[in-house]
Amino acid sequence: MSENSYTFLIMLILSICFYIFMFIDVSRKGDSQMGYFLRRALTSLLALWLIVTITFTIMHLIPGGPFASEKKLPDAILRNLEQRYHLNDPLYKQYAGYLINLLQGDLGPSFKYENRTVNSIIREGFPVSAALGSLAIVLSLSAGILAGTVSALRQKRWQDYTVMTMATFGFSIPSFILAGLLMYVFAYKLRVLPSALWGAWQQAVLPTLALAALPTAFIARLVRSSMLEVLRLDYIRTARAKGLSESNIILRHALPNAILPVVTYSGPLIAAILTGSFVVEFIFAIPGLGRWFVQSITNRDYTVILGVTIFYSAFLMLMNLIVDLIYIAIDPRIKLFDSKEV
Amino acid sequence: MEIKPQMFQPLPDELQAYENTSPPAHGYWKDVWSRFKKHKLAMTGLIIIGLLVLMSVIGPCMSGHTYYDQDLSMVNRAPNSIYWFGTDALGRDLFTRVWWGARISLFIGLLTSVTCLVIGVLYGGISGYLGGRADEIMMRLVEVLLSIPFLLYVILLIILFEPGLKAIFLALGLVCWLNMARIVRGQVLSLKEREYVLAARLLGISKWRILSRHLIPNAMGPIIVTATLLVPEAIFTEAFLSFLGLGVSSPQASWGVLASEGMHGLRNYPWQLFFPAFLISLTMFAFNFVGDGLRDAMDPRGGLT
Repeated sequence: MSENSYTFLIMLILSICFYIFMFIDVSRKGDSQMGYFLRRALTSLLALWLIVTITFTIMHLIPGGPFASEKKLPDAILRNLEQRYHLNDPLYKQYAGYLINLLQGDLGPSFKYENRTVNSIIREGFPVSAALGSLAIVLSLSAGILAGTVSALRQKRWQDYTVMTMATFGFSIPSFILAGLLMYVFAYKLRVLPSALWGAWQQAVLPTLALAALPTAFIARLVRSSMLEVLRLDYIRTARAKGLSESNIILRHALPNAILPVVTYSGPLIAAILTGSFVVEFIFAIPGLGRWFVQSITNRDYTVILGVTIFYSAFLMLMNLIVDLIYIAIDPRIKLFDSKEV
Repeated sequence: MEIKPQMFQPLPDELQAYENTSPPAHGYWKDVWSRFKKHKLAMTGLIIIGLLVLMSVIGPCMSGHTYYDQDLSMVNRAPNSIYWFGTDALGRDLFTRVWWGARISLFIGLLTSVTCLVIGVLYGGISGYLGGRADEIMMRLVEVLLSIPFLLYVILLIILFEPGLKAIFLALGLVCWLNMARIVRGQVLSLKEREYVLAARLLGISKWRILSRHLIPNAMGPIIVTATLLVPEAIFTEAFLSFLGLGVSSPQASWGVLASEGMHGLRNYPWQLFFPAFLISLTMFAFNFVGDGLRDAMDPRGGLT
């Protein structure tokens, strides 16, 4: 076992080093955009491999093993179980097996639910989470950009103060507490909205609000400050001098530049929505992937934790890659390699 | 004209001070403080933090109940004259538990912030000052770690270390220094091109001393702001983890644990959620305001010329 751990450590370190050096190569100057993206994608894959290795190592370092529970299993059953899930094999063999399965898109079985695989859990839960998450993203983007713009245009007036106060609230209340409060007020006291489950549109209202509050606040603040900056620029003065209408100036000239920071924020935004969904889905009993994940943490269902973590990481990296692409596509001022030189 | 010694006279005592070339030691921080004092919200935040800290010290011994004593004949009581904040599902006094939780939550927040401050300042400072290849490698590592969704790894690490206070510290400490390191590095990179660093180098002062006595003190503004904002973030994360059942275990209490316990009885005993929820949000407010106030007060455009 200890020998195995050493092999593992060395493998881990090697993959880290390998990865770092690949990454350095990405920052090479004077490259075509195509080459840049190919290499970005390649490094993302390597990062994913690193993540798989780290997660796998952590999961196997956990004392007690997956079948350790309050109720002690008879030795024979334990042996059979371990046999079935290949837990008796040397660690490198398990790792190789896991990687090979992973390459074929198979994340393995669940240890706690006899008839489920990690794949089936993801297939079932992810669409629900994705629907909820998209709702929250759409809400936070539209509400945040609108509020931020209004607040910048009415700087130091009551609209501005209202928006900024609300943003501070949104910033200060953790999503699970907001979820609890919303549930208490709207589901228990006023009885206007259902408190749990998923399917009808009424059931989506409260979780979406709980999930979107924090990103909305952040986006509102972001848009406000960048809008204030943009409105001071010369080209806006030019537009005013040309006699363009105010709405034309704001919508066509100022806004496209003012929301650029929001595009940069969309990577962290997706990550925030994703982690927020763990608690929100749990509280509102929504059968999404986040709730499965929380449940597998409570059950210590290792293969599910491992598989879902890898899935989430891959998803976030893909999203980050897409956000990068979009950012470069919409902002012609970006030169690919300048940012690396700061 | 001939220059004679009689033409010179010693400087009078009251002008002697000008000969002393070192600047007044507290000028900048005095400035910061006077600007900070004018920031009403930030001062309110500071007072709230002071009160919270005070209550976390004296609160647990005020009501005469302990945070772990159960009274099964008094479960789920509404706030009354004996139990000021009511009792929980096991008949424990919520008032005492809430302030006991304040101790743990604030402690986690402060300690995490200090840990990250130390690691981040060292890592970022060294990386920025060395520059070149070393800097590139050190910062790539940070970028790689930042690209990993960190909360997932905090969860994995806590499962690995067995849930509890120690695990939360370790996990938060392992991941939270990344942003601090980036900020410090950026500051050091721009500061090290300044003339006074060149002067220090010419005087033959060692690298370590330049870093610790010249560069880092001058980068202190952003560092302190970041550290202040790390406190609510750590409390936030702790509450989140406690909610997932990865926090401190009963009968210990943190605000996150209390809030998650309160969530179970939300329909009938809402005060069990409201008190910890209110305090968490109040703390977030206070620290965010203080952070904002500090940022405004330390903005070099504000007065240092």
